[in-house]
Amino acid sequence: MSERHAYDVVVIGAGGAGIRAAIEAHQAGARTAIVCKSLFGKAHTVMAEGGIAAAMRNVWKEDGWQVHFRDTMRGGKLLNNWRMAQLHAQEAPDRVLELEEWGAMFDRTNDGLILQRDFGGHRYARLAHVGDRTGLEMIRTLQQRAVELGIDVFMEYTLQRLLTDAGRVTGAIGYKRQTGELVLFAAKAVVLATGGIGKAWKVTSNSWEYSGDGQAMALEAGAELIDMEMVQIHPTGMIWPPSVRGILVTEGVRGDGGTLKNTSGKRFMFDYIPEFFKAETADTEKEADAWYTDKRNNRRTPDLLPRDEVARAINAEIKAGRGTAHGGVYLDIASRRSPDYIRKRLPSMYVQFKELAGVDITVQPMEVAPTLHYVMGGIRVEADTAATTLPGLYAAGEVAAGMHGANRLGGNSLSDLLVFGRRAGKSAAEYAGRASAPPAANEAQIESAAAAMLKPLGAGDGENPYRIQSELQETMHELVGIIRDESGLKEAIRRIQTYKERLEQVRVPGGRAYNPGWNLALELRSLLMVAEASATSALMRQESRGGHTREDFPKTDGEWGKKNIVSMRQGDTLVQRTEPLPIVPDELKKILEEGAKSE
Amino acid sequence: MTSEYHFRVWRGDVSGGAFQEYRVPEEEGLVVLDVIHRIQQTQQPDLACRWNCKAGKCGSCSAEINGHPSLMCMTRMDEFKEGETVTVQPLQTFPVIKDLVTDVSFNYEVAKTIPAFKPKPREADGTRRMYQEDVDRVQEFRKCIECFLCQDVCHVIRDHEDNKKSFAGPRFFARLAELEMHPLDTNDRVALIKQKHGLGFCNITMCCSEVCPEHIHITDNAIIPLKERVVSEFYDPLAWVKRRLGL
Ligand SMILES: Cc1cc2nc3c(=O)[nH]c(=O)nc-3n(C[C@H](O)[C@H](O)[C@H](O)COP(=O)(O)OP(=O)(O)OC[C@H]3O[C@@H](n4cnc5c(N)ncnc54)[C@H](O)[C@@H]3O)c2cc1C
Ligand code: SF4
Ligand code: SF4
Ligand code: FES
Repeated sequence: MSERHAYDVVVIGAGGAGIRAAIEAHQAGARTAIVCKSLFGKAHTVMAEGGIAAAMRNVWKEDGWQVHFRDTMRGGKLLNNWRMAQLHAQEAPDRVLELEEWGAMFDRTNDGLILQRDFGGHRYARLAHVGDRTGLEMIRTLQQRAVELGIDVFMEYTLQRLLTDAGRVTGAIGYKRQTGELVLFAAKAVVLATGGIGKAWKVTSNSWEYSGDGQAMALEAGAELIDMEMVQIHPTGMIWPPSVRGILVTEGVRGDGGTLKNTSGKRFMFDYIPEFFKAETADTEKEADAWYTDKRNNRRTPDLLPRDEVARAINAEIKAGRGTAHGGVYLDIASRRSPDYIRKRLPSMYVQFKELAGVDITVQPMEVAPTLHYVMGGIRVEADTAATTLPGLYAAGEVAAGMHGANRLGGNSLSDLLVFGRRAGKSAAEYAGRASAPPAANEAQIESAAAAMLKPLGAGDGENPYRIQSELQETMHELVGIIRDESGLKEAIRRIQTYKERLEQVRVPGGRAYNPGWNLALELRSLLMVAEASATSALMRQESRGGHTREDFPKTDGEWGKKNIVSMRQGDTLVQRTEPLPIVPDELKKILEEGAKSE
Repeated sequence: MTSEYHFRVWRGDVSGGAFQEYRVPEEEGLVVLDVIHRIQQTQQPDLACRWNCKAGKCGSCSAEINGHPSLMCMTRMDEFKEGETVTVQPLQTFPVIKDLVTDVSFNYEVAKTIPAFKPKPREADGTRRMYQEDVDRVQEFRKCIECFLCQDVCHVIRDHEDNKKSFAGPRFFARLAELEMHPLDTNDRVALIKQKHGLGFCNITMCCSEVCPEHIHITDNAIIPLKERVVSEFYDPLAWVKRRLGL
């Protein structure tokens, strides 16, 4: 081990959740380090476009945490951890204002307050935003705050295994990308904020970083995951040319007036309004269009139904032969809003289409199709403290689960990062304050992890990690994608086993310094672990709900609606069990029911 | 025979390196980064480059393409002539780590020297009000994706390594301008901008503005107003006091 560090709290991940956690832990007096795979400021959070959901009531006085709570729970098909949804709705406005305190510059209302925009599944215009680059504003603000506080940041360090001793976490080990040297961080408490798992799928809005390292590390160290079958397919990704397939087209396009059309020009979303949302959704084009300006007297356009509904509708249109030659549908804002408005509200979409697809979105419609975007499942945490089931280990952000249930509403991730990042940092610092110094690192654990990390390196014949990754991506896309069934899932699980065997044979040439082939070989291990957890959980859940649609069990099932699927490791095998969801207390049940009635 | 792209990519590390030639089958709609990835996937798995978003949002994939500082993910292959050789090399202003990856830590060090945002007290009703007109010009600078292409192209540090000690570079002039123009900020950075950040070294060649993928008018909107401010406030303290008091 060529480099060793010791901290009270080590935060793995420098997206919104990780940096917010580190700020809180540092401010609580803990010696804190941030460790991340990319350069500081480049995490996924930087790509977020549409906004941060928070019931700040700057645009709609009728809004409030209760309405936000209700929207989140209904959007999540009631599989959410109610307490997380409640804390999130209550605390999000303060977390947004805090960003402003640290220098963020959101778009403004006419009277100088933070402007809020419409997004799918949110009853009122609720997303604080900066054009369509909200994530950049958020990460830069947090990054600059962390710099101001002097928090130590280790960039381009990839951590691979958590170290444990006597049933608690004691640190983590990994390698420096730039040199390939192995590193060890001893810590009293660790916060995982490593984000999602999208790189297991072929068509995704996610970057190379989303290999599920955090989920895999947690599993291996003995923590539990829940809801791994729940992945979000975002309805609108780019589709043409092939190299941009999957890149996100923000929901803000529809929030700002864009509408979905099939090749005959029909606004097909009116044909796909589910019973569950009928009462609150417009059923004529006239009402849908009027809703943008008069929300009191009109119901929401079906273009802004929750993402799972819209993605399935697009999928069905394409399957029915009403899609474009490239296999997408149209998203049209050009014929509905002025070029100036479009460029002002959606500047990065304008550039993205212009530069990458040669399409001028102020003149032509966009071509879009569903893309894998987010994982609702992840590490099981306690709502108030973000504690995992392993003492000393905390998790926040996309890597954690519970908050979004079976489907996440747009904008609810950025707010989730802030609310639970802060809570995780606070709890980790408190734990570190109470905990004795971690026992000396377990040298046997270090040795075995180090040997495993170095194994793929070397000349000679062997498997190419890129090939295994691309086969895995095909498999997940085809068999664990938007529509699943028993035989497909079983086949996926079988193939994942064969990829695991082939991973043992991987050989990568070159040295240890900045060697992407080697790095991928190590990431594949995590990818296969999370892919397996996702496919096996999907096989177990015999119903359709939110991000999980079973062709062989097309209906939601009340009994399944009361259960989480828990994944954990026993020895080297992954096992699953169900567990009852936490029961919603009566006063919150009332909010859920009253809301439904008033519409 | 299908046509192929001709690539020359710099391979090596601190101890030296050389251009290597690669051929990759043509395909519709590719960008330079896609071609680099194809080489990685099928020919040289250890070819090092940085990337994240593949959509011009994160500023990771900076390199020099045919000598021009660019984002690899936003440079389309159909911008080149049929059969033209595309040369890709790492940013030249920063020390190379490996292949297309450079050590950009200089920029992270400069960031630490900039005095943070310090807001004035809230309004009587507990809110903070700012109007879109005032926010617009600050938002221009906050579009910066920290690709460091402007830092790469600026001759003050590109040609004179020594100047790095006393010159913050265009990215950070934009950052300083953003803070100085923030309607709520109360910190004063003018002396520092002159003394430590070396604004005086800039002779307004505009190269930084030309390469900025976010089209930030670094020279016109950040550097020139900062220079004016330094002149009026550094040499005329009364003007400074007046501005801080909002007179
Ligand atoms: C294109 C796009 C647009 C989006 N738009 C929105 C939106 O408008 N509103 C919204 O609410 N949500 C949006 N989302 C979702 C949201 O951006 C993400 O869910 C969220 O940013 C995740 O944040 P995070 O802090 O959990 O992780 P990230 O921001 O992804 O950060 C993960 C961090 O972990 C590090 N890491 C990972 N593995 C390791 C390892 N092994 N060792 C060390 N470090 C590691 C990474 O380097 C990175 O720093 C969008 C997502 C995408 C992809
Ligand atoms: S204008 Fe100034 S900062 Fe910009 S490139 Fe020229 S010398 Fe450098
Ligand atoms: S100012 Fe422009 S060129 Fe410079 S780092 Fe920022 S985005 Fe890149
Ligand atoms: S990969 Fe993000 S800017 Fe190119």
